[in-house]
Amino acid sequence: MAKLSFNINQEQFEAEVKSGTSLLWVLREHLGLTGTKYGCGIAQCGACTIHIDNRPMRACILRAEDYANGQQITTIEGLSGSGEHPLQKAWIEAQAPQCGYCQSGQIMQAAALLDQNPSPTREEIRAHMSPILCRCGTYLRIEKAIRIASENGTPLQQ
Amino acid sequence: METNTYTASRRNFLKATGGFTLYIGVSGILPGLISCEDPKKLEAALKKEPLTAWVKLSSDGEMVIFNPAAEMGQGSMTALPAIFAEEMDADWSKVHVEFSPQVTEVYGSPGWAPGSKLMFTVGSRTTNSYFDVMRRAGAEARYILLYSASKTWGVPMGELTTEPGYVVHPESDRRLGYGEIASGLQIPETLPENIPLKKSSEYRLVGQDLQRTELPEKVNGRAQFAIDIRLPDMVYGVLERGDLHGAAPELQNEAEILGMDGVLKIIRLDYAIGLIATSLEGALEAKKNLRISWGTSAASGFDSGTAYREYEKIAAGNARGEVIVESGDVDKAFNSAARRITADFKNDYIYHAQMEPLNAVVQVAADGGSAEVWVGSQQGPDSKLGVPELLGIPPENVTINLQYLGGGFGRRSMNDFVSECVLLAQEVAPKPVKLIWTREDDVRYGAFRPMSLQRVTAGVDSGGKLTGFAHCVVGDGGNLVASGIRNDHYRIPNQLAEWREARHGIRLKHWRSVGHGPNKFAIEHMLDLVATDLKKDPVALRRELMADAPRALATLDKVAEMADWDTPAPEGRARGVAFVEHGSLGSGICEISLDRDTGKITVHHFWCAVDPGIAVQPDNIKAQIEGGIIMGMSSVLSEQITIRDGRVQQSNYSDYRLLRMQDAPESIETVILGSDQHPEGVGETGTPLVAGAIANAFLKLTGKSLRHLPFTPERVLEVLNA
Ligand code: FES
Ligand code: FES
Repeated sequence: MAKLSFNINQEQFEAEVKSGTSLLWVLREHLGLTGTKYGCGIAQCGACTIHIDNRPMRACILRAEDYANGQQITTIEGLSGSGEHPLQKAWIEAQAPQCGYCQSGQIMQAAALLDQNPSPTREEIRAHMSPILCRCGTYLRIEKAIRIASENGTPLQQ
Repeated sequence: METNTYTASRRNFLKATGGFTLYIGVSGILPGLISCEDPKKLEAALKKEPLTAWVKLSSDGEMVIFNPAAEMGQGSMTALPAIFAEEMDADWSKVHVEFSPQVTEVYGSPGWAPGSKLMFTVGSRTTNSYFDVMRRAGAEARYILLYSASKTWGVPMGELTTEPGYVVHPESDRRLGYGEIASGLQIPETLPENIPLKKSSEYRLVGQDLQRTELPEKVNGRAQFAIDIRLPDMVYGVLERGDLHGAAPELQNEAEILGMDGVLKIIRLDYAIGLIATSLEGALEAKKNLRISWGTSAASGFDSGTAYREYEKIAAGNARGEVIVESGDVDKAFNSAARRITADFKNDYIYHAQMEPLNAVVQVAADGGSAEVWVGSQQGPDSKLGVPELLGIPPENVTINLQYLGGGFGRRSMNDFVSECVLLAQEVAPKPVKLIWTREDDVRYGAFRPMSLQRVTAGVDSGGKLTGFAHCVVGDGGNLVASGIRNDHYRIPNQLAEWREARHGIRLKHWRSVGHGPNKFAIEHMLDLVATDLKKDPVALRRELMADAPRALATLDKVAEMADWDTPAPEGRARGVAFVEHGSLGSGICEISLDRDTGKITVHHFWCAVDPGIAVQPDNIKAQIEGGIIMGMSSVLSEQITIRDGRVQQSNYSDYRLLRMQDAPESIETVILGSDQHPEGVGETGTPLVAGAIANAFLKLTGKSLRHLPFTPERVLEVLNA
């Protein structure tokens, strides 16, 4: 057991966890940041996608203790808790989610894309988003939502 | 119709009206309205449920409408309240939606048996089964508001009308907001039996695209699934169930496991070893270290790859199975047929793969006399999920807190995961237990769509008419393999459809569209084999067959127009058509191309025309068709569970591959052919279109016939090079 300190959504969080515990379990079960989801545990589904220093990562395969050294962790709750992020608005405009379970991961992955590439082509969107599974089959609406957000050209703050 | 006045007091009111009873419980400014068939049961329920009502109206006019169905992405949180609000004439901007309590007497919709009620979100029945329930409840709410306003103003009810959120007296130009009325609600002595409902031409919410009410919380991480529940003092449960369904475990290292950090308890089930620990990571660590020797089971020795040989023998045998359709005389039709075509179709096991793995949170009281459950369930028996029976306590002592479902697809209509969690929670009561299935658990101990074989024979007479159609499906699970075997919309005079049983001890369950996927694949591809043989256009052939089914034909004509069927596909591509009835009627056309080196099929476009009757939420219908087609493509192109010596070979998304965004079609276009017929389900209409449409496009493109799902690149190459 070690007491770890995390910088998440620009706040300090502390948790006492066993070495080797995944960052996903720390976020969800220790800290209550349950917007980040568990789907596979082996970096295959993307439901657990978060940002570490602005890069999209799969929390399920990260050891918590490796990310307790001041790295900036951003979860869906920190993207814009009020739902005002341009991607969140575009997601509603496109009526993208069905069950919704994959959507935190989808939005976090999309945010990282637009951060790097504000006007992605369809192929770029598809290639970038393919790590994130959606069993409900909302891919075309996700693609549409990313295009809406991109066309709105709103600056994407992190 | 019998009228049965029950009680009418100052504080509550009960009256049977045409099989429904309306209850108004006046508590200060919050009147609540509910419908119920059995007043006694209702009264008992009302005593025990903290909130038992269809709507809560507050004095500022804001209201909560209760949704009685599970929300798994199909849009029940919007469609059902919209139907209620339509008849109540509510102001939609003031409507909030919450799940209703799980009390079937109050919130059920008509069940399978006449007069019965059910809270079960299965078979695409959300809108279909609740349409009348919600309409009537909403109209009753409006009636009471009208009554109360007429008393306040001292004018006859007949002079009053409503506008969204208001009762209006046009003559004196007076208006009362619903919230104002609620503050001093006056209650009628009796309710008319048949309160008039709106005509569809008067609808202003039904048929409009309302934004889905729960989406704001589904984009900011706040939407709560059962897996997100955290309670004080909560502990974690996991089970090791192995990969051989039903095998009995024997734990070899109990002492070692009990000595592990945070492990509280080991629980032995017939088919699994359960663990409870203080943390999830602790529980998972201990699970990894379990040493279990497994017994055999009914599935031992079973091999899904070689089982088709046995299926072929069963199909060839003389013993008829359970006859599902028999019309005319197929043997006679075949004997006099000019041409006769027989083909076998095969379908491997597939898995639900809902994105939220199964889980539940259960707290059993210290004295064992009550329990509380947090769960994403498609609900069921009825509607406390079997928990009262398990604990031997009355249903009213069990509270079910329904959460959003991270996908259902039929898997969450079996509450095995709830029962497991109850058993664990009982052991550590009153601590709440969160049970999590890992993805590996979810795959290996899945309940699959059964493998099946369809032997289909078509007979065509000398005039080129399809006169006989015989369809024998072989597989485990009755309706799980037999649904969708009927051809009610095709005029074929002589038909025989039967199911022949095979059993393997593998766990099975309804999977989105159930047997329709495999059976429509067989039927629709056979029609194209016939059309090819007759050198007939596949759409033209279906048009002839649909001569007596104008609604089905309309979907076919529409989709042919949408896809520009009569214009050839671009070079290197081909189109294929299919028709399906599953609740709604739908016709679909896809356009594909093929990489002849790798065997990979690419679907470029999918067009669909669907007739759902009244289209309650049109954009959501389109979303369901899109999702259904993508899930269909995923299953048709790559999904496959294989069993070797009874053991499930796959374990996670790494070896059970789902379609990803890069393989989604460029477009899926849906046109809704609405009507004023009772609304039908749309959640399972898209999925079973896919296999037939792709196989038919492939036939057109290559002259070869794909008959074994999934159409993996290896299988495609095999067929191509045969
Ligand atoms: S849970 Fe992390 S990628 Fe699936
Ligand atoms: S919305 Fe259900 S998995 Fe994506």
